[in-house]
Amino acid sequence: MFFSDLKKMLKENIRDYGMFIALFAIIIGFSILTDGVFISPRNISNLINSVGYIAVLAVGMTLIIVIRHIDLSVGYLAGFAGAIVAILLTRYNMSIFVAIPIVLVLGIVVGLFNGFLVGKVGVPAFVVSLAGMMIFRGALLQVTNQTGTIIIKNQTFNNIGNGFIPDFPFINIEGIHVVTLVIGILGICLYIISEFRNRNKKLNYNFEVPSMPIFTLKLVLVSAMIGYITWILARYNGLSWTVVIVLIVTALYNYLTNKTVLGRHIYAVGGNPEAAALSGINVKNITYFVFASMSMLSALSGILYTSRLQSATTTAGMGFELDAIAAAYVGGVSAAGGVGKVTGSIIGALVMASLSNGMNLMGVGISYQYIIRGAILILAVVFDVVTRNRNS
Amino acid sequence: MDSVNNSDYILEMRNITKEFPGVKALDNVNFKVKRGEIHCLVGENGAGKSTLMKILSGVYPYGSYNGEIILNGQVQKFQSIQDSEKAGIAIIYQELALVPEMTVYENIYLGHEIKNGINIDWNETILQSKKMLEKVRLNINPEMKVKYLGVGKMQLIEIAKAFSKDVKLLILDEPTAALNDDDAENLLNLLIELKKEGITSIMVSHKLKEVIQVADTVTVLRDGKTICSLDAHKEEVSEPVLIKNMVGREIADVFPKRKVKNIGDTIFEVRNLNAIDQTTSKHILKDVNIYARKGEVVGIAGLMGAGRTELAYSIFGNPKGYKVSGEIYVEGKLMNFKTPYDAIKAGVAYVTEDRKGEGLILIQDVKENTTLANLRAIARSGVIDENKEITVADEYRKTLNIKTPSIEQKVQNLSGGNQQKVSLAKWLFTMPKVLILDEPTRGIDVGAKFEIYNIINDLVSQGMCIIMISSELPEILGMSDRIYIMSQGKITGELPIEEANQDKIMEYATI
Repeated sequence: MFFSDLKKMLKENIRDYGMFIALFAIIIGFSILTDGVFISPRNISNLINSVGYIAVLAVGMTLIIVIRHIDLSVGYLAGFAGAIVAILLTRYNMSIFVAIPIVLVLGIVVGLFNGFLVGKVGVPAFVVSLAGMMIFRGALLQVTNQTGTIIIKNQTFNNIGNGFIPDFPFINIEGIHVVTLVIGILGICLYIISEFRNRNKKLNYNFEVPSMPIFTLKLVLVSAMIGYITWILARYNGLSWTVVIVLIVTALYNYLTNKTVLGRHIYAVGGNPEAAALSGINVKNITYFVFASMSMLSALSGILYTSRLQSATTTAGMGFELDAIAAAYVGGVSAAGGVGKVTGSIIGALVMASLSNGMNLMGVGISYQYIIRGAILILAVVFDVVTRNRNS
Repeated sequence: MDSVNNSDYILEMRNITKEFPGVKALDNVNFKVKRGEIHCLVGENGAGKSTLMKILSGVYPYGSYNGEIILNGQVQKFQSIQDSEKAGIAIIYQELALVPEMTVYENIYLGHEIKNGINIDWNETILQSKKMLEKVRLNINPEMKVKYLGVGKMQLIEIAKAFSKDVKLLILDEPTAALNDDDAENLLNLLIELKKEGITSIMVSHKLKEVIQVADTVTVLRDGKTICSLDAHKEEVSEPVLIKNMVGREIADVFPKRKVKNIGDTIFEVRNLNAIDQTTSKHILKDVNIYARKGEVVGIAGLMGAGRTELAYSIFGNPKGYKVSGEIYVEGKLMNFKTPYDAIKAGVAYVTEDRKGEGLILIQDVKENTTLANLRAIARSGVIDENKEITVADEYRKTLNIKTPSIEQKVQNLSGGNQQKVSLAKWLFTMPKVLILDEPTRGIDVGAKFEIYNIINDLVSQGMCIIMISSELPEILGMSDRIYIMSQGKITGELPIEEANQDKIMEYATI
């Protein structure tokens, strides 16, 4: 009974769970192959922090691909935005609370312009963003022209990419970051409560729900995963500010896409633009919004990256767009539009980053790394296409 | 032997039967065309004309139908369009298949280029193209790009292209549908001249006047069967005769009677509506004036391409970007619908003809599709109240009897009838005063049709105003209180239900 339920659930939701299973397999695989170095607190903390600036891009890219477009400009826009924030901080001695909003608004303005060209004028997004890619690459070189790499000395800013959240001042347990542990436990509780509420609501309406043992299994597995990661991080330096920012962005976008009218309209436009337009949805406005959000997240990505390096470099942002697009596809976003979750793309980003990290630890050459990551990308999309065809 | 006896027939299609899942599109159809004649094929929408022509041209390959095709005394087994072309059959569709960015000569020889070794011999191509253009009496420079030509000339280039393939049997599907009167006249004259040169043509047409003008023989199809084949030189071929043969069936009693008939004041009115399709510059609506009252079902009848769906788009916020002028009144107030959203807000809803392409989001579930057009009603400050959404969707599931395992089922997994009910649910949830239904029962089974008719009756009994566009005459006659008939973008007739019958409607529709 239990196993047949499990089999049925896995079969029906293979696309939703596939990435989790893949991530799990990758983690276990690399942990064995590297004699546990991969799973060490230091490495996991480093891995998660290094994926931050791609993760926020992947969130924005999810929506872009959902409405059947693409944005290639995000990488160099991130690099350019990072350089601007560095200039504002060093040359004009601005506070980060002024400099960061300015750069985010800059991102929004760029995105609205992209959205205008795509949605109103009708230029294909590929061309618009390819042009943007060249323009921002040039702009980045121009602003860093005289100085070369801009070193940032502002410690508050550098903390965003390198610092960790503070611990309780009074409770000190040797080797354990208590605040992180508390947040992790709260997270698990919230997760369990919301899952139960969801289940009860569905039962109320006589919807199909997984059987109790399956449901429990899912709760236990996810809780264990959150718990374990929390435990690992707590034994190192705790939660980093990067992770906090990524979690906030993910939570916001997850809420936006799942709970709001705007989110529903975005998926409707992606699912069938003609039907959406005839249902009274303004497809242009949706396009503007999605491109503006993408470019704002690019600016945020640039801030995270610049802060992590504590400097703005002349080549910052190179290839970010491809990592973000790959993360979205690996995370189950459909190229046909209308399908894809932001949480999936975050998992996708983690999968790709884990692959690089694990292969680095094993000493695999960079040439092989690219080949293997490319193969994984194709595998993930083939899997997606095949399961989709089988379902319909 | 057959082939000896029938040597004056260039084509015989014998006992053709073609089935689609759930529908018998052709039922033992016999169709014979004499050498050197113009043979017209007429029938209502869905009578099977297109299916028959698709079988003849190899679109539906041999084996997917029963019966045989005999061309010039030889049995043909076409696997593809290429096969039928090789045998000398050329079909020219309503939607022209030319590449606008290429020149006339490139288009004429596209797919069977004249080669000199492995290179294309362009000089020879141009020379031959000129000859082909002469054959169709078209005096233009073959080096012109096709996009600069009008539809009438494009049609002729299609025919020239057919000649370049050494055509023996020319099939024209609604050739004059997109043409103005002069171009149409020109084309018909060309057909007659070509006949004198020994070219056999088959013309599928809705316009009976044209049919009578050019036909040597007229075959009438109805409900997938051959009704008759009339020889214009021996028998009477007139509009009444053709119409009688096209529609001649009794309306089965499948239309539920409305218990309460309570027609109120005019609630919706359209005055002098004109529309031009900006990509083709075609005048798709000409001075349309219609009105509809509370509690009334207004039928809009007409043949394919008469402009009925275009009328609906032009009313409903013009999502296709036509150039529209005219006035729309809802409850006496002059409206200015710039987008479908404006129309929805004013209480107008439009259930599209193309359920899958423009109506539903197939990859989303019943619940999400039901609420899509009025999400704001179940949201507070932009956040969707999921409980409310479920309640709403469930209510429509029950009242419209949508058969689905759950409202969380994706609509792509539902049957056509249930998909149509989801479409209806979506639009009913916008609380419309005026509901436009475009082909509300197309492609759904008899049981679901009956349910939809009952829903329509319930809605008008409650005071809604329904405008129903339909190509099925029995449906128009069985459901409407008043009927408008459209032809070529114009309202050509208006009939109260008491005076309406199939012959009269067909007469107006073929003007």
